[in-house]
Amino acid sequence: MKPVTGQKTLLSVRHLSVGYESEGKLLPAVEDVHFDLREGEVLGLVGESGCGKTTLMLSLLRLLPVAGRITRGEVRFGGQDLLDLSETEMSQVRWRDIAMIFQGAMNALNPVLPVEQQISEAIRRHDASVSAAQATRRVEELLEMVGITANRKDQYPFQFSGGMRQRVMIAMALACRPQVLIADEPTTALDVMIQAQILELLLELRERLGLAVILVTHDLGVVAEICDTVLVMYGGMTAEYSDVDRVYNHAVHPYTQNLLKAFPDLSQPNARLISIPGYPPRLDALPSGCRFSPRCPAAFERCHQETPGLYTVEEGHTARCFLVEGKV
Amino acid sequence: MSETAAVLELRNLRKLFPAGRSGIWARTSEFVHALDGVDLRLEKGEILALAGESGCGKSTLALTLMGLEKPTQGTIWFEGEDVTRQSRAGRQRLCRQIQMVFQDPYESLNPLMTIGEIVAEPLDVHRLAQNREERRGRVEKALEEAGLKPAHIFMNRLPHELSGGQRQRVVIAAALVLEPEVLLADEPVSMLDVSIRAEILNLLAELRERRGISVLLITHDLATSAYLADRVAVMYLGRIVELGETQAVLESPAHPYTQALLSVIPVPNPRKRRERIILQGQPPNPVHVPAGCRFHPRCPKVMERCRVEDPVLAAVGAGSHQAACWLVSGGGSDE
Repeated sequence: MKPVTGQKTLLSVRHLSVGYESEGKLLPAVEDVHFDLREGEVLGLVGESGCGKTTLMLSLLRLLPVAGRITRGEVRFGGQDLLDLSETEMSQVRWRDIAMIFQGAMNALNPVLPVEQQISEAIRRHDASVSAAQATRRVEELLEMVGITANRKDQYPFQFSGGMRQRVMIAMALACRPQVLIADEPTTALDVMIQAQILELLLELRERLGLAVILVTHDLGVVAEICDTVLVMYGGMTAEYSDVDRVYNHAVHPYTQNLLKAFPDLSQPNARLISIPGYPPRLDALPSGCRFSPRCPAAFERCHQETPGLYTVEEGHTARCFLVEGKV
Repeated sequence: MSETAAVLELRNLRKLFPAGRSGIWARTSEFVHALDGVDLRLEKGEILALAGESGCGKSTLALTLMGLEKPTQGTIWFEGEDVTRQSRAGRQRLCRQIQMVFQDPYESLNPLMTIGEIVAEPLDVHRLAQNREERRGRVEKALEEAGLKPAHIFMNRLPHELSGGQRQRVVIAAALVLEPEVLLADEPVSMLDVSIRAEILNLLAELRERRGISVLLITHDLATSAYLADRVAVMYLGRIVELGETQAVLESPAHPYTQALLSVIPVPNPRKRRERIILQGQPPNPVHVPAGCRFHPRCPKVMERCRVEDPVLAAVGAGSHQAACWLVSGGGSDE
């Protein structure tokens, strides 16, 4: 499986910080995150629940809930900063350039409308010049592309299984030929066999359409199987960011290292499975210093006082840990 | 493991649910074959993983063992006694011996009850504590056995004050308080964050060591079973298609279904990306179980015989490893 990553950077996120207003305070949910996404690249965004993965993705599309605020940073796409766009301009970017499959979206299909109507609505909403007949043809094309026979277009969501509904969601996300697809936990509720089918489909679409994909997941196995690059998040910050091989085989951040040891690996059934003591921090009770320091087996004095910067281990591999700073 | 040591034994267990409309006017001629002839032994002190995709019948099996569903056919033996059809009282006694650990600790704990009340509830239901001191003592003991130490600091807390891992320990404590012989653990870690799963798995392993408790681990995650289980049973469309020591099944799966299932479990190492055997579609509707081998319409190695004859579990090699496949029992000579 060769990554087909082109050189062209589609999306470039710098210093992105997001907070939620709560009782007059701003609780930091995402802080100072950087990443790049190239054409045809599959980026895995990994972390435990509450680490800010979904917030980060919603802020790229500026779809944060009312209490959410983007406090700093830029999101460059096609030569412009998406954070500078007006709401009208932004609504053109959404779906047409960057589409998102929301977590649990396959259960959010309208139960009383046939799937064709739901997909063609997405098409015609973004391009009023498309006729009804053209939209129908496009829906058939999209369904075939995701592996559903076109004659099922008149069926209702309840007539599809979970995996098939997720395919419908992918078809809908691709309706306006986006360059970037964000998929938030797209296989979490599915069986492993159906998960494998969906992941295979994403890879095929990347191949065929040159689509760049951001895969948000807590499943380290899924990331290892299909991603080119990985961004590991902890407590709203980047823990480690690099290509998939370096993150899995030369992880430098103690969180990444331990998370990998906590994940069952069928190819090493005799390895000891560890758990990381404690639990992920809450936004309203963030520890001082490095956010992982209370659970970190390698923490020393400084980790509890200062927040480490994002240090470069080597070209294309960064981590937010003082242990790295010492080595460079 | 001796022949007599089985804590729980299922013989040819079947459970059919009427398919289609229910009601007194509806005529039912079709049935969902949720369990279609299951034979299984759970030995004393053993951890047995029951693995399979959703809809394969694993949850029906658990509900039947808990007495929440009555089997259509077949027998359930508990410590050498036929407990299939029992009086209410007998059923209640059995319930004490087989306790369930539920999947989602965020949903299964009553948010208005304190931890102490939650864990004491089974004692009250079964009227097992003579007085308040005994009740409190048993609750504290169960909490500590589940790793919530010291117990008294948890007694008056509410579920929302605890982390996911601690909540799952409360669920386990509520199962342990009746001092059961068997735990039925239905996906006990799937709702937990990756970094804390191991502590719950280790707790189950520890309980087996310390108390000799038997665990039936119901899961779709073969990688997790690999860490915990002594034996693995793979289920497909209401029947066990492969059974054996964990290592034997995972290292040399004999049934094409197990082979496919193992091949698609993501391995957390990009250098070990493998050829995945992706089965198309999904398991067939259990109302119309395919003739012959129930896996044949999706099987990449299907032979003529598989379409006609239904294979039964047969020995793979010398050990206790078994699989229901003509490639195993038929010598694999057909085509």
